Amino acid sequence: MRKIDVLMAGVGGQGVILASDSLAEVAMRAGFDVKKSDAIGMAQRGGSVVSHIRIGAKVFAPLIKKGEADFLVGFERLEAARCASYINPNGLAIISDQELPPLSVAGDAASYPDQEKVARVVSLYTKRLAFVPGLRIAQALGNARVAGVVLLGFLSAFLPVEVALWQEDIARRVDAKFREINLKAFAQGREEAMVFRSTETEAKAVVREEVPKRLRNITRNGGRR
Amino acid sequence: MRRLLSGNEAIALGAYHAGVSVATAYPGTPSTEILENLARLPGPYVEWSANEKVAMEVGLGASYGGVRALVSMKHVGLNVAADPFFAASVTGVRGGLVVVSCDDPGMHSSQGEQDNRHFARFAKIPMLEPSDSQEAYDLMSIAFQLSEEFDTPVMVRSTTRISHCKGVVEIGEAASWQPKRPRFIRDLDKFVMVPSNARKRRPLMEERVATLARWADNFPKNEVIIQNTRLGVIASGAAYQYAREVFKKASFLKLVATYPLPKQLIADFSRQVETLVVVEELDPFMEEQIRAMGLEVKGKEFVPPIGELTIDTLEDSAHRVGLLKNVRRALSRKETQVELPVRPPVLCAGCPHIATSFVLRRLGFYRHLNPLEANEGGKLPSGLRQGGIIATSDIGCYTLAVYPPLLALDTCACMGASIGQALGLEKAGVANKIVAVIGDSTFVHSGITGLVDMVYNQSAGTVVILDNDTTGMTGHQGHPGTGISPRGEKLTKVDLEYLCRGLGVRDVNVVNAFDIAQIEHTLRRCVESEETSVIIARGPCPLKERPTSRPFSIDADRCDGCATCLRLGCPALLREGDKATIDKGRCVGDACGICLQVCPREAIVRAEKEIA
Repeated sequence: MRKIDVLMAGVGGQGVILASDSLAEVAMRAGFDVKKSDAIGMAQRGGSVVSHIRIGAKVFAPLIKKGEADFLVGFERLEAARCASYINPNGLAIISDQELPPLSVAGDAASYPDQEKVARVVSLYTKRLAFVPGLRIAQALGNARVAGVVLLGFLSAFLPVEVALWQEDIARRVDAKFREINLKAFAQGREEAMVFRSTETEAKAVVREEVPKRLRNITRNGGRR
Repeated sequence: MRRLLSGNEAIALGAYHAGVSVATAYPGTPSTEILENLARLPGPYVEWSANEKVAMEVGLGASYGGVRALVSMKHVGLNVAADPFFAASVTGVRGGLVVVSCDDPGMHSSQGEQDNRHFARFAKIPMLEPSDSQEAYDLMSIAFQLSEEFDTPVMVRSTTRISHCKGVVEIGEAASWQPKRPRFIRDLDKFVMVPSNARKRRPLMEERVATLARWADNFPKNEVIIQNTRLGVIASGAAYQYAREVFKKASFLKLVATYPLPKQLIADFSRQVETLVVVEELDPFMEEQIRAMGLEVKGKEFVPPIGELTIDTLEDSAHRVGLLKNVRRALSRKETQVELPVRPPVLCAGCPHIATSFVLRRLGFYRHLNPLEANEGGKLPSGLRQGGIIATSDIGCYTLAVYPPLLALDTCACMGASIGQALGLEKAGVANKIVAVIGDSTFVHSGITGLVDMVYNQSAGTVVILDNDTTGMTGHQGHPGTGISPRGEKLTKVDLEYLCRGLGVRDVNVVNAFDIAQIEHTLRRCVESEETSVIIARGPCPLKERPTSRPFSIDADRCDGCATCLRLGCPALLREGDKATIDKGRCVGDACGICLQVCPREAIVRAEKEIA
């Protein structure tokens, strides 16, 4: 079996660890070997959080190699851009619409990247990019905190794991009173993915031709444009 | 039963199923979760010890009492515990004694990087290194057996990437907790290390190492994997996992017992391969010993001795020395040149350490100002001279105040060092006023003895204990100053005010950590006084207490964009155009309110009815 490498990136407090725990658990239940490693900063809250999840018949290294991730799940735009170099040329970047400017931005030392800039960074590594309205969906459901579960639902549509396993795991992981809203968020994320997949299939022929050519250009210019 | 466990969870569960009776620790990343997970299981006695030295002593005592004991700590914790650790090697044990050291290659959350494998060799204590969660689980019962069989403490060395990585672990259905019966048998020759007795134990230690080396030669977890014999790789721990992916076709000797080294096994392996390399994180620990055996071996010529190993670095360097050919160049080489804002670690919104740090910055640190501006007139508003206060700091959340915008601290060496350093600076005769900053947990860990020294030696310094009633940085563990056990029970609370007074400090003050005026007033008085003083700035950690109060907002008409509030470094305060704004999702409102106190325009207001 081919391996599946998933990198999740966000900010402390966003639920990155919860989502990656869930993914690792369902992958194990689906019969795969799994390794999951969290890289958390010093701060309890507000720091960068990156979770490496590796799934396969037998997994050795606990960390994903740069340029190897099949999926990058960005819970926040800036952190997604920061991890873009992990994606492989056929990998899919799934990025939430959430913005959490760090203090360096508040202190006027830097500016927060807009969606276009993030798309530009990601496109250096892959053409497959989906901006997901995770926060908007979560807010519409009535709780901004389930934005991460929307992303998980989106991701789930691309993985060889039965949807029932996901639903069981999410139900087990969250408080009874938040169960319904989490399952709804998951379902809506999955639905978004279905829409994305259908539009992507149409564009695929173009992408296949373009990616290798683009990468050759990047190699020549050392990544500078 | 298959379960997904982190290395630390696996160590805890493995120790449990090995019948551990006493487990002690001081919290420290990446080791903390070992004791936390044991505390969730019924049966064993678990404690957050005041520091690692005490933890080791309690563990050793339990072992003398015939039961199995586990002592866990981060790498630098073993420095603190070194004294009883070495002593344990001399006396040996009764019940198994396992010491888990969790090293932090790459310094994800540590003040230094050290390879604690040297400690095992230094103390002549056998060491086992798991390379994943399954091994971490399996090794615990082996470690306890080994300890009892060879009359020695056993060190298990983990690293961040083992401790914090989750992997699949197979656990026997019948696994349960079966402790040993406590029993102390008096044995003065063994337990009382007066020189005449210690001299008799010394040769036994050397014999033990020699016997253990022979044991390691036949230890089945030291695994030989023969594939292509052109390249043979010797590796342990997380490094083994990286090496397996980089050298896909090579032969491997995976070592789990890495001190003493299984020399016969290594020699046999070396004969089966053309080129021998050692892949290990940090120091050439195995490499140098293998070379001393007379074997030709490559290692640190291409494996970096600094930082955590990654597949990328290993692959790149293997490529460089010609061990790998035609590798697809890592994409990291094409790293984007697009500039992205950094996200430095920050104190949380509502953190009780922000106000004190802000005041310290305001009173000291004039050297950060434009020098022309500072020299003008000579006098500064506080009445203190330029460079007025030096703030020595310690290890904890509050250390984050060293980053911009607070820039409030001058030193940070190790747990408990701020107080001793302050005394040292004072006795050195520097002209500045000196304030030592320390957290409540850290004060109990190793600040108390420093304060005793200050009192005894008539220091004029000030110690600020930032008391958030928990061990914040590692995730809210209890300590003697909180009176909360790792199982969440209420124990006896050590009262910090009385403790300080009992040590002989006459000037002990307790201030509200969210009251800037009170903190500043008290601090000014204390640094001017000629006697040792203590200020306890008390306020709860917002992540532990989860205050619910109305968040503030900013009246944009009044805000003139002076950015004073942004200097607090509160993550709820953001810049929006020329003005400041408040992230209502993060602001804890009245539970904090320090921004209200610093805004010169009174532009920060209580929100009408917006409850997050």
